[in-house]
Amino acid sequence: MAEHRVLILFAHPMLQRSRTNRKLIRGILDIEGVTFHDLYEEYPDFNINVQREQALLLEHDVFLLQHPFYWYSTPALLKEWQDLVLEHGWAYGREGTALHGKIASSVVTAGGSEEAYRPGGMGRYEVRRLLAPIEQTFKLCGVRYLAPFVVHGTHGIDKEGIEKHAADYQSYLKAMTAGSVDFIAAEANDLPFVNQDLNRVIRVEA
Amino acid sequence: MHGEEFFRQALLYLAAAVIAVPIAKRLGLGSVLGYLLAGIAIGPFGFGLIGEEGQDVMHFAEFGVVMMLFIVGLELQPSLLWRMRTPILGLGGAQVSITTLAIMGIALSFGLAWQSSLAIGLTLALSSTAIVLQTLNEKGLMKSEAGQSSFAVLLFQDIAVIPMLAIFPVLAVVRPGHGTGHGDGHGSDGGHGAEAGHATPETWLESLALPGWAETLVVLGTVFAIILAGQFLLRPVLRIVASTRMRETFTAAALLIVISIALLMTKVGLSPALGTFLAGVVLANSEYRHELESDLDPFKGILLGIFFIAVGASIDFALVAGNPGMIAGIVVGLILIKLIILFILGKVFKLGLDQNLIFSFGLAQGGEFAFVLFSFANQSNVLTKDETAPLIAAVALTMALTPLLMIFNEKVLQPRFGTKRAEDREADIIDHESAVIVAGFGDFGGTVVRFLRNNGVVPVVLENDSERIELLRRMGLRSYYGDARRPELLHAAGADEAKVLLVAIANLEEAQAIIASAQKHFPHLTIYARSGSWKDAFALVKTGAKTYRHNADTALRVGQHILKGLGLRAHQLHRAANRFRVHDDEALIELAKEVTDESAYVSAARKRIESLEKVMLDEHGSVEDMDAGWDAKPLREEFADGEKPRG
Ligand SMILES: Cc1cc2nc3c(=O)[nH]c(=O)nc-3n(C[C@H](O)[C@H](O)[C@H](O)COP(=O)(O)O)c2cc1C
Repeated sequence: MAEHRVLILFAHPMLQRSRTNRKLIRGILDIEGVTFHDLYEEYPDFNINVQREQALLLEHDVFLLQHPFYWYSTPALLKEWQDLVLEHGWAYGREGTALHGKIASSVVTAGGSEEAYRPGGMGRYEVRRLLAPIEQTFKLCGVRYLAPFVVHGTHGIDKEGIEKHAADYQSYLKAMTAGSVDFIAAEANDLPFVNQDLNRVIRVEA
Repeated sequence: MHGEEFFRQALLYLAAAVIAVPIAKRLGLGSVLGYLLAGIAIGPFGFGLIGEEGQDVMHFAEFGVVMMLFIVGLELQPSLLWRMRTPILGLGGAQVSITTLAIMGIALSFGLAWQSSLAIGLTLALSSTAIVLQTLNEKGLMKSEAGQSSFAVLLFQDIAVIPMLAIFPVLAVVRPGHGTGHGDGHGSDGGHGAEAGHATPETWLESLALPGWAETLVVLGTVFAIILAGQFLLRPVLRIVASTRMRETFTAAALLIVISIALLMTKVGLSPALGTFLAGVVLANSEYRHELESDLDPFKGILLGIFFIAVGASIDFALVAGNPGMIAGIVVGLILIKLIILFILGKVFKLGLDQNLIFSFGLAQGGEFAFVLFSFANQSNVLTKDETAPLIAAVALTMALTPLLMIFNEKVLQPRFGTKRAEDREADIIDHESAVIVAGFGDFGGTVVRFLRNNGVVPVVLENDSERIELLRRMGLRSYYGDARRPELLHAAGADEAKVLLVAIANLEEAQAIIASAQKHFPHLTIYARSGSWKDAFALVKTGAKTYRHNADTALRVGQHILKGLGLRAHQLHRAANRFRVHDDEALIELAKEVTDESAYVSAARKRIESLEKVMLDEHGSVEDMDAGWDAKPLREEFADGEKPRG
């Protein structure tokens, strides 16, 4: 049995044209303890089943929002998902404690390079800063938010580059399900993205 | 009235109506005044074309009032009637008793015996159901607060007639044999029709000479029997008649119901209007409600018209000319007393000023029951004919003046005091008509109806297959029997107030006929239509209706699911299907213009398919490149060209 059950909330409106995400996914589908939840496939008409989504959240310990970076944010369906699923009185508010103590994070692929997402670069902020609304949303729900897993520079990346990221993603998730991700290290404010140095967040079992 | 004579009379009345009503309407006076004036014109004091027999015609035509109350009942479901109990008993009761006492007091002061005074008070307290309801209906005021209050009072008055008839014999003061008369001379056929039955003391009930409590039992039993019959006998009978699909048979059945109840009530000694009203209320819950209403409406209209003409013709201008001061005094006095009492009651019952004015001006006249009650008072030796003759003339005059009073209120008073506010308010007692009418309760119409209801819109559904109605009713879905091609039925179903008509009928000719009739008579309706095939769809688009192909959405859904099963992305398919549908809808409108015959249809269809494929397929033979915004490939290419990356 996996230590931590991981729910991947995947949102890509045009997966058939994806280079990066497609590869990232391939390596993680069979990991025990990982549930891959393809939102655009489940809800092609945006008709999100809120009860079902909430039940899924309750069945898992870690939620990963995986998506391409679109206009410094998530594709539309993932926003719809936040608005509908994180209900007042359930996820937040005086009575809304359903998600307290859970863990969340993002897995983002961005066209811009790492240099671009720095002060002075075209993106001006780190991806983690641009994802502040999501981080804050989960914080309000009593959910700890880990630094995101970011694949930078997809516009220029070659096959080998993607493979490397895919392998990192796979070992990250394996560590996550095995319970050997150091959440305190991973949520540290000064960490821009976890895959900057996975060794810093994955505990090596004695 | 035999053969030729009957036709002569019919010719007179109908011609008078056809000439006078349009003129009166054109002058803004309303149809009731038109009829009354026509009656005066052809009466003994006009051209003298009809004489004493006008009385018989009047009694016969009173049957129009009976029909009108049946129709009013049809529009008033029992639950609504129950909710009206306060205005009926409170407002109605107060109006009748206070007006009775006031008029009785005046009669006493003229030195009449208290019995006679009471009889006059009771009789004159009543207003004219026929004139008031007809006028309010015509002005579209039935659903306003004023209309509902008026109706409540009139209903109470109709009920109050029964005990009045019962106590008149007890009030006898004049010596027997002294002057009987006014309504007594009706020996001809039809004369005993409806209200006239009151004037004949030999009702079946009286002939039994039962003690008081037993009479009450019989009365209650009759009422109960009508309710039971309406519930358990009339509906199955109507279903059988409807299943023959013979319209005139259904109309005959409708007339049969009203006439037999009226007869029964007359035999028992009750008000036929009350009986048919009750039957109407019981049937208000049935699927035949709109069909009954639309079938009887023309009869009611014509009979009421004839009734008003007869009232006009019966005004005794010789008497008026002989005693102008006295008659004028009675007329003005009666109107003033009733008006003031009504106005005060309206205030007590919290009617807004403008509504109260409509209410009090509307009911400030004597009613048709006065003719019956006065002649019965003569027979019962309560009043002499000398006493009743001027009163009858005055009552007829007040009735004739009612439309003028209402016009006075509308044109002179309302602009000064009225606020219009309350009239616009949605009625909460008399049935709301629905915003949507659905013609055809097949699978398609049924699904639309269920969806609308789930979203809080309850449509009125019309269906002309009585078996189907029954089946759906057992499943808990309600619809009404009738042929939606008939404008009268649409009218009865509330087409005047509705916003939308959905024509969910498979048969093209029928659908076209419904649309044409609705467009002609109810041009304000937005019409939606479903079609089974492209060909039908072209025809329906040409009518101007918003047209939906029955299977289009289902076919696209199946297509999406098939492609999804083959591994295509669901969201992509969803968008592709939407796009396909939009294009198809546009093509439908476009091509409908071109399609004139069979071969044009084939070539049009071919064009449509070609154009769709051209629009939707790019060089990859795929639809997804429509959503170019999501495609990162151009971004990557630009990046590879050495441009700075975006983001
Ligand atoms: C509509 C759209 C908006 C995008 N906005 C951004 C952006 O704001 N920042 C960025 O770095 N890349 C942006 N990109 C590039 C995508 O993030 C990049 O193509 C994607 O992550 C590659 O992953 P994939 O191959 O799985 O599609 C955008 C791409 C699209 C199609």
